[in-house]
This record gives sequence, C-alpha cells and structure tokens, in this order.
Amino acid sequence: MKELRAAFIIATKDILTEIRTREVLTSIVVFAILVIVIFNFAFGGDERAVKTVAPGILWATFAFSGILSLNRSFMMEKEEDCIEGLMVSPISREAIYLGKFAGNLFFILLIQLVVIPVFSLLFNLWLFSFEFILVTLMATLGFAAVGTLFSAMAVNTRARELILPVLFFPIVTPVIIAAVNASLLILEGKGFSAITDWLGIIAAFFVIFFVASYLVFCFIIEE
Amino acid sequence: MGHADQPAIEINNLTRFFGSFKALNDISLVVHPGETLAIFGHNGAGKTTLLKILSTVMKPSNGEVFFNGRNIALESETVRRDLGIVSHRSFLYLNLTAYDNLAFYGRLYNIDNRSQRIKELLERLNLKARMHDKVSTFSRGMQQRLAIARALLHRPGIVLLDEPESGLDIKALDTLWQLLKEEDRTIVFTHHSLERGFATSSRVAVLSRGKIAYCPENKGSFSELHQAYSLSLEAM
Amino acid sequence: MKRKILFFLSAGLILASFYMVLVFVPTERDMGVVQRIFYYHVPLAWIAFMAFFIVFIGSIMYLFKRKPFWDYLASSSAEIGLVFISLMLITGSIWAQPTWGVWWIWEPRLTTSLILWFIYVAYFIVRGYISEEEKQARFAGVVGIIGFLNVPLVFLSVTLWRTQHPPLTIFTEGLVAPMMATLLVCLFAFNFLYIYLLSERTLMKLDEAEVKRLKENIMERNG
Repeated sequence: MKELRAAFIIATKDILTEIRTREVLTSIVVFAILVIVIFNFAFGGDERAVKTVAPGILWATFAFSGILSLNRSFMMEKEEDCIEGLMVSPISREAIYLGKFAGNLFFILLIQLVVIPVFSLLFNLWLFSFEFILVTLMATLGFAAVGTLFSAMAVNTRARELILPVLFFPIVTPVIIAAVNASLLILEGKGFSAITDWLGIIAAFFVIFFVASYLVFCFIIEE
Repeated sequence: MGHADQPAIEINNLTRFFGSFKALNDISLVVHPGETLAIFGHNGAGKTTLLKILSTVMKPSNGEVFFNGRNIALESETVRRDLGIVSHRSFLYLNLTAYDNLAFYGRLYNIDNRSQRIKELLERLNLKARMHDKVSTFSRGMQQRLAIARALLHRPGIVLLDEPESGLDIKALDTLWQLLKEEDRTIVFTHHSLERGFATSSRVAVLSRGKIAYCPENKGSFSELHQAYSLSLEAM
Repeated sequence: MKRKILFFLSAGLILASFYMVLVFVPTERDMGVVQRIFYYHVPLAWIAFMAFFIVFIGSIMYLFKRKPFWDYLASSSAEIGLVFISLMLITGSIWAQPTWGVWWIWEPRLTTSLILWFIYVAYFIVRGYISEEEKQARFAGVVGIIGFLNVPLVFLSVTLWRTQHPPLTIFTEGLVAPMMATLLVCLFAFNFLYIYLLSERTLMKLDEAEVKRLKENIMERNG
C-alpha cells in the first residue's frame, strides 16, 4: 500500500512534467504520425494490401514512438541525478519501478489515443472494437513493463539512445507478433474466440516481465 | 533519537571495490549525535564514495553502517526518513517549478503542513519570489539553495553534504549553516577548502587513498590538520 | 589434468563425428548429401540453448552472491552460446538453400534462434558501453535473466504465427538407427566441447582478474 502510494506520487510527478513541457504530446505524437504517413507512402497504393499490412504499420509505429517516450523517461531522472533523490527518499526501489512504469504506461497510451484515430482516418479502417482495445491495452502493459526496466538500464550506459532499441525490440518480439496477428484477425471480422491464443501470449508476456522487471529493477539503479 | 551514548553514525570496516580498485579500504568511524564532521581529501580519495554509501545509494563491498543503531542496509527505508542529502548534483527536475519540486519530495516524505513548510524554506533561502518558475531558468547558486531546501524539507536528523558551499554567496552560506544548526542534527560534509571546512565543523577527518589518514577524537588544531592533509597529498 | 581429459575427450569425439557424418551415415533419400549438415545443425542449436540456460543461472547467482566468478561463468557461456547459435543459423541457411531454394525460411526454431541471436548480441553491446566491471556484470546479469525468460514466449508466438501458414515438414520418415547414432555422437561431441570451452574461458577470466589485482597491488606499493 505504501509502495503504491509512492508509485502514484512518482507517476503524477511525471505527468505534471508533461503538462509543464508538452514534450510527448508535441514531438513524439508528431513523430508517430510522420511514421504512419511514411508507411502509407511505402505500402498505401493498393487498398487490399493496406488491410493486410495495416496492423504491422500500426504496431511498428507504437514500438518506435514508445521507444522515444521510454528513452525520455529516465533521461529526466538522470539529468540532475534525480534518480538518486528518489533513492535516498524513504521509499523502496520497487516503488520507483512501479511509479515509472505507471508513468510510461500513461504516456504510451496517450500517444496511442492520438495515433489510432489518425491512423483510422488515413487508412480508412475502423479500429474501435472491444477486442482491439483489449489487445492494445494488454500489449502496451507489456511494452511498459520491460521498457521501464531497459530505459533505466540505457541511461546508465554510454550509448543511451542506442541501447534501448537494441534491448527492447528483440525482447518485445512475442508481443509484436501476437498483437499484429490478433489485430489482423480483428480487422478480418473474426470474433474474440479467434484471438484468445494471441491474447494468452500477450498476457503471459506482461505477467512474466512485469514480475521479473519489478524484482531486478533494484540491480539496475544501484551504484 | 537513540540513546544518549549511542553513536549517530557508526561505520565498521567499510570497503568498496570498483573492479579491482579499492575506493574505500577498511574504514571505521564513529560520529556522535550533534557533531559536525568535515571530511577532506584529494581527488579520488573516496569522499564521494563514502557519502554515497552512507546515503544508501551505493552498496559497500564489505562492512556495515549504523545510523542511531539501525543497520542502513537492513532498515534502509526507516533510515532514509531521517536522512538529508546534498549531493554535487541538485536532484531537481529542471522542467518543474521550484514549488513543484519541493511539493513532490514533500509528498514522498509524507510531511505535514507541506505547503507551509515549503514556503517557509523558500522564504528563508530567498527563493520565494521565483517559486513558480521552472528550475531550468535558475542560476547555479539558486539551484544549489533549492537543493538545500529539498534536503532539509523533512527536518532530517542526519545530513550528508558533498561540497555544499560551492556556488553559494556569503548570505546563502549564513542561511545554510543557520538552517543546519538550528535543529539538533548530526552533519557530515566534504569541503575543498581546509580553512572553511575547519571553521564550520566540530570534528575533522582526512581521507587518503580510501583510508582514514587523520581523525582525532577532539577537533585538534588547524596546523595538525594542515600537516595531515599535506602528508596525504605526498602519499599519492 | 581434468582440463586435459576434457580436451582429448571433446577432440576425439569431434574427430569421430567427422567420420560418422561424412562416411558412416547413409545419405538421406529425399534431400541428398546436404542433409548431412543436420547432424551439426541440431547439436549446435541444442548446445546454444543449454549455454543460454547457463547464462541465466550464472546471472541469477551473480546478482544474489555478487561473486565475479558467476559473471565470468555467465559471460563465457554467452560467448560460446552466441558462437554456436551463429553457426546454427549459418548451417540452417546452407541447409535451406538446396532443400527449399531459399537462404532463409521463417521456420519457428530458426526464427526463435534469430531473435535469441539478437538478444545475446545486445548482451555484449550493453557490456561494451559500460566501463565499470561491476556494473557491466550487474546489467549483463539482468539481460541474461530477461533474455532467457523470453525464449518460450518467442518460440510460442513464432510457432503460432507460422502455423497459420503452410507448415514445413523436415523429415518424411523418422530417423533410422545409424542416423540416430550419428546425431548422438555429434551431440556428445559438442556437449564436451562446450564444457571444455566454458571451463577454459571462465578460468582465463579468473586469471585475468587475478593478474589485474596483482598489478594494482604493485602499483599501490610503488605509489
């Protein structure tokens, strides 16, 4: 309970920073929409082709913009060694992980909230269904769980921006494969029962890596 | 507060390796309640490493530290509640305002009458007029003052400061020591100037290559300190 | 002494495997001579996975015990695993070309290995961008744990993904006795080779650390 309270305080601090700077909402969302537009030039010629590649484009966009958002997350803790400020506060290391996780989750969802309507509009695809939202939400949980851990790791190395994608992309492969395929099935009009296997993988990914990241986070931030 | 005879800080056989380099070599030290200990030493003597271990940010390779009888490795959350840190970095979020920063840390420490306490500190450190400005617009000295406010917000009984006087003007220095001394605190700080450090402390220690080269029970004289410090430089 | 025995055992078994693969075993009817690469391809894959499991164990032990030995063991195993899995990918490619007419097939096991290859390359990239030894070991330990936990999820998702497309059959009939025997000899050969390399490499790292320590001692004494 104490841990959740501290996590909540840290997450609201991250959100307050966003309100003061509007970094995510301006640059990262613009970047995400740019990615979609470029993909549209690459694949958008044929309307039938669009339908099969659309989920792939969408999840590639989420992954790329997610990386940017995650990179920023611990960058701001490192700038003036604020992470040390958190570490000398009377809260556990795990509370720091939970707080940063919640903040990252919030920002990636925020990006998706803008990107999905734009995507639907540009590709002329209706994406808003219960199944699609469920898949997106659960996959994003998994993204944020490992992303938070690797973001903390990346800022503590000499090649901050490089390390995060190099670690993040291979690890999230199962989620990307599952989310893309589930989205394809949803777009084809298949119901919930068709995507349960994929949802299972996405859920397992989140549970395994959330627990593992929660447990090993302290090894990353200690000095 | 612990017993009257219990040391505020007790360091037993502290060693810290970086790879095969020994940054701290079997350090033992006792600081009594209410003392102000100044630590001197050349670059790389282990001052910052020692302060980082005391602040629970870094783990020692060997040895133990007790604050008021509590093992800081085992009861770290309780220990941190009574611990204030001023590092050579400010721990401040540059994109938040001065007030936001203090309010955030105040919530983490769960302190009562938060906004009143924050305003009082900002007033005394002469930052109140700028409290709703982003820290990124502050000068180095203003950031340093805010960092001090951040460290003392929760009225800690043990305060560790790494070069606290750098970047402060004379007026801010007065306020710093006034704030530090007006409550019953145990203070450990490092200083680059022997004269200033000697003048503001009640005890002194010299670190040399990871070992304590000089640390008399009573304060000793300035010339003794000067001699010990010169010797430690020669030993390099 | 033990090291010598291991050396001769693995060298002997590898020589024996040459004979078994090149002379003894009958040529497979459908695929022809190229199928002989299978006897190396499969053990390489097996040993690579085993090596990554040792990385996982070594990483956990390091994070708990903080004894450099466990990091030496884990990183040595990761080096060997990475070499083996690279060879596995190359032999797979050589096998695929004449058999299916392409250099690469997105077969579940090959794809999983490719993702693993990326993860353990990242393991060394992370190490490369950290200068402090102790931090290198800690971060690599976290990657070693997270990377291995990902193996079943990657495999599951890739398998599920591929089964939606026509599956590939590798053998129309099972392995006959001489084939099985050859495979076993190769498996033993690589197994002993792995153990030999692992112990040599770990001991080498221990020696390196000892030399470094002695050097620092001398430096300290000479001021």
